[in-house]
Amino acid sequence: MRHTTTIIIGAGQAGLAMSHCLTEQNIDHVVLERGQVANSWRTERWDSLRLLSPNWQSRLPGYTYQGSDPDGFRTLDETIQFFDGYSSQINAPIETETGVLGVEPYGDDYLVRTTQGDWLCRSVVIATGCMSTPNIPAFARDLTSDIRTLSSKAYRNPEQIEEGGVLVVGPSASGIQIAQELQSAGRNVTLSVGEHVRLPRTYRGLDILKLMDLAGVFDHTIHDVDDLNRVRRLPSMQLIGSPTRDTISLNSLQTSGVEIVGRSMGARDNCVQLSGSLSNVCQLADLKMNRLLRTLDGWIDQSDVREICLEAYDLAPTRMPETPCLSLDLKDRGIKTIIWATGFRPDYSWLNVPVLDGRGRLRHDGGIVSAPGLYAMGLSFMRKRKSNFIDGVADDARALSLHLNAYLSAAAAQAA
Amino acid sequence: MQTETTNTTKNGVNVDALLQAREILEGAPQAADFIWKASSEWKGGVHTRTEMNGFFGLGEEHKRKQTFVSETDHPEVFAAPDSAATPVELILSGLAGCLVAGVASVAENRGIQLNSVTATLEGDMNLYGILGIDSGTRNGFSAIRVKFDIDADASEEDIKAVVAQSQKRSAVFDIITNPTNVFVDVAC
Repeated sequence: MRHTTTIIIGAGQAGLAMSHCLTEQNIDHVVLERGQVANSWRTERWDSLRLLSPNWQSRLPGYTYQGSDPDGFRTLDETIQFFDGYSSQINAPIETETGVLGVEPYGDDYLVRTTQGDWLCRSVVIATGCMSTPNIPAFARDLTSDIRTLSSKAYRNPEQIEEGGVLVVGPSASGIQIAQELQSAGRNVTLSVGEHVRLPRTYRGLDILKLMDLAGVFDHTIHDVDDLNRVRRLPSMQLIGSPTRDTISLNSLQTSGVEIVGRSMGARDNCVQLSGSLSNVCQLADLKMNRLLRTLDGWIDQSDVREICLEAYDLAPTRMPETPCLSLDLKDRGIKTIIWATGFRPDYSWLNVPVLDGRGRLRHDGGIVSAPGLYAMGLSFMRKRKSNFIDGVADDARALSLHLNAYLSAAAAQAA
Repeated sequence: MQTETTNTTKNGVNVDALLQAREILEGAPQAADFIWKASSEWKGGVHTRTEMNGFFGLGEEHKRKQTFVSETDHPEVFAAPDSAATPVELILSGLAGCLVAGVASVAENRGIQLNSVTATLEGDMNLYGILGIDSGTRNGFSAIRVKFDIDADASEEDIKAVVAQSQKRSAVFDIITNPTNVFVDVAC
């Protein structure tokens, strides 16, 4: 059995940032990675993917974008290179190809069982991300086997998808990007739309994420919001990172020929039943987007940025089909494939510490998990709105590494 | 879980009690399972009388302060005496009751004073369905339209947001817009 002070599980942005902060505080640690650095970027994304956040928005502790195109959007390869560069610069002590099988209390320590042997440590940082397991609706099992179904995690490119129509379920970042790519490749795409977060790529001449960053929106903390559960469950922003800074929206998708329908609620005899709430979810998204844009207007008018901004303007409301479809007969419509872009949830099946609530979520206070010496990183709105962004892990890693250091000192003092 | 109604409300909705209930139920999932009940009796012709008194929730049976009654009948063009509203009109009434309650609650929670709220509802139905003339026509509504007219101390955008949120949290809106399994049995 090997020993170290802290084990970080996962070598993505969250794990690497934490490794850097622990190194700065001389805390002996090891990062366990089931594959290679940035594994999910390497193995669980589609080929054409670009990050939806601009290059500048990757301010990791001790590392950031240095190139000549700060407003551009990284391709998948560039993203992987970026994390490889970070990992070597900070000299992170990573054990790759090491899957964690279990974590359990062991006296005052934790026993971490892996595919490469056991470890004993004082504290554990869970940096496995919030995108482990796709949320596939329960009715998926009612579909017959001639319908091919896959999650957005398994989607790679249009060539992979059988000829014929495609139903993309879920209108957030992955769903709308995949729908657009397949429609452009000549497929007939139907997009099933539940609640979503509509945003234009640019507003008043500036990138929307730049504006939100400048206005401090991403720095809102868990104490600034009324309903933490709600904001933690918010779907990803309807954005795409493209060299031409395109806005992708339900309007742009409909213009390119995608049919939008209501949320998928059930399936019977290969007929997918759709909700009649399409109008409501589109209105909610339009209203929330407009509220954000007016907030940004208020901020712009008070700041120097107004010098370089265009005048305020309204965006067109989401266009509704005249009679939204209420059931999709997959055979009649020639739909051969369903792609679930219905979000993800973390997988803690390996965590043998009683820290999960009734719904399988980690009980934590801003990443400080409810068991001594156990920490989380990279969860949705964990400490701030940006916590699950590449750009958000720096603040959290700094704050939690200080807490972790204090915990270790207190534990050592008690032992002495 | 009973809480004194505070007199600081704007619209007469005790939002504090609702928020408190949400917190309590989050820690007691079984208490959140409710069963709503109604029992009805045929009154001859196409006239039915339905009584509602009692529901299950918070782990026990509840009685109401009184037995509530709704009557349903059909209009003269359906060769009926028109002694009460049709069942489908009660569906519209249920949707209106639910959405308006939602508007009042959401407005209360957002500190918006409502001065008046009216809603007009229309449900489109083609009789080819229920008369069995065309199997491709559904029996029920092909569309429902709700028109709200709201006077409140708030901007137009804020009022629209309250109405949108009330749909998002409405039981009847969900019952109507989404499929529900219905099990009908006959006592032997």
